[in-house]
Amino acid sequence: MAAEDKSSQDNGVDHGGDFAAGSPGAAGTARPLAAMIEDRIAEIRARQGDTVPLGDVAGVVRALLGSLSGDLTAEDIRLYREVEDLARYIQSAKAEIAALNPADIREEFLPTAADELDAIVQSTEAATGEIMDAAESIEDLLVGLPDDAAERLRAATTRIYEACSFQDITGQRVTKVVRTLKSIEERVDGLVRAFEPERHGIRLESPGRPAGTSTAQAWSGVAATGDRAEDVDLLNGPQGQGEAIKQDDVDALLAKFD
Amino acid sequence: MAVDKNMRVLIVDDYKTMLRIIRNLLRQLGFNNIDEASDGSAALQQLRSGTTYGLVISDWNMEPMTGLQLLREVRADAKLKAMPFIMVTAESKSENVIAAKEAGVSNYIVKPFNAETLKAKMVSVLGDF
Repeated sequence: MAAEDKSSQDNGVDHGGDFAAGSPGAAGTARPLAAMIEDRIAEIRARQGDTVPLGDVAGVVRALLGSLSGDLTAEDIRLYREVEDLARYIQSAKAEIAALNPADIREEFLPTAADELDAIVQSTEAATGEIMDAAESIEDLLVGLPDDAAERLRAATTRIYEACSFQDITGQRVTKVVRTLKSIEERVDGLVRAFEPERHGIRLESPGRPAGTSTAQAWSGVAATGDRAEDVDLLNGPQGQGEAIKQDDVDALLAKFD
Repeated sequence: MAVDKNMRVLIVDDYKTMLRIIRNLLRQLGFNNIDEASDGSAALQQLRSGTTYGLVISDWNMEPMTGLQLLREVRADAKLKAMPFIMVTAESKSENVIAAKEAGVSNYIVKPFNAETLKAKMVSVLGDF
């Protein structure tokens, strides 16, 4: 409890003793609990506006509980227990967030994962280049071969070129995963910020997402030169099986315009 | 009218591998005059450079200028607006096809694709060859 009190003071938010000292309940006034809670909420609003940091809620609840005294009805006791459970839940969540080591996730795990994915793209690109080099070398030898043999070899190299397009698709899929990792990073930041921003020194603005863009936009694509706002939603990259439409579907769709 | 295989084709993609694949497939189809660009803005610069192109084959998802924006710029340009334009992209949702069609795309190929599809779409846009 001492550490939490210190945290509250560090946050520059005084939400402990004042509530208890100034509470009607502490003076022994027999007022309904609901009215007392409404008073506390009005008091908090007057001090801090409508937004109270989530991490401060536990302190507010503690202060509220500390101010309760006098005869309690069964309903009051039930509410008291629920509020007490809420305080316990918030403390537990704070501890779990701290145990996550968000700094490690942000500074080590996510960059490492992104680097590994970049390495996959680079190695597949290099391997694809080698395969294409070999196929082009075979094509260079077709001149002078009998027509039948040349045609069969050309067909084989065509299949090699077609198969090499996997690298483009793989690259785009990996890019999507990297964007997802960035989104996870932002969410981890947001979670930590909601509980104890000052203690963790979390930056308030994410450099990965331009102001005003939605989460969906951050997950899908980035605005490019001259893009209309709605164009960003069209940048989704390769779709999974079952989601992507086939070439036949594309042809049918285009035919409707004719 | 027979297709002139000596026409200059501009292929636009930010993946070097894909540029190389399309170049090789075009070469196998008999088209050897091929230029490349890595995004829409570079492509637009080439298209406006004075070189005469007979076909643009473009990816969609590129930065800084996408293939969709390139298509709109081409269709809005008095000198380029009739340019045959085939989109070759992994963007495979109906709304993408509709957006491209509304922007004036000549045909649309979903990646990954094969040489047969490429040839069929070129024939539909340019005529038989």
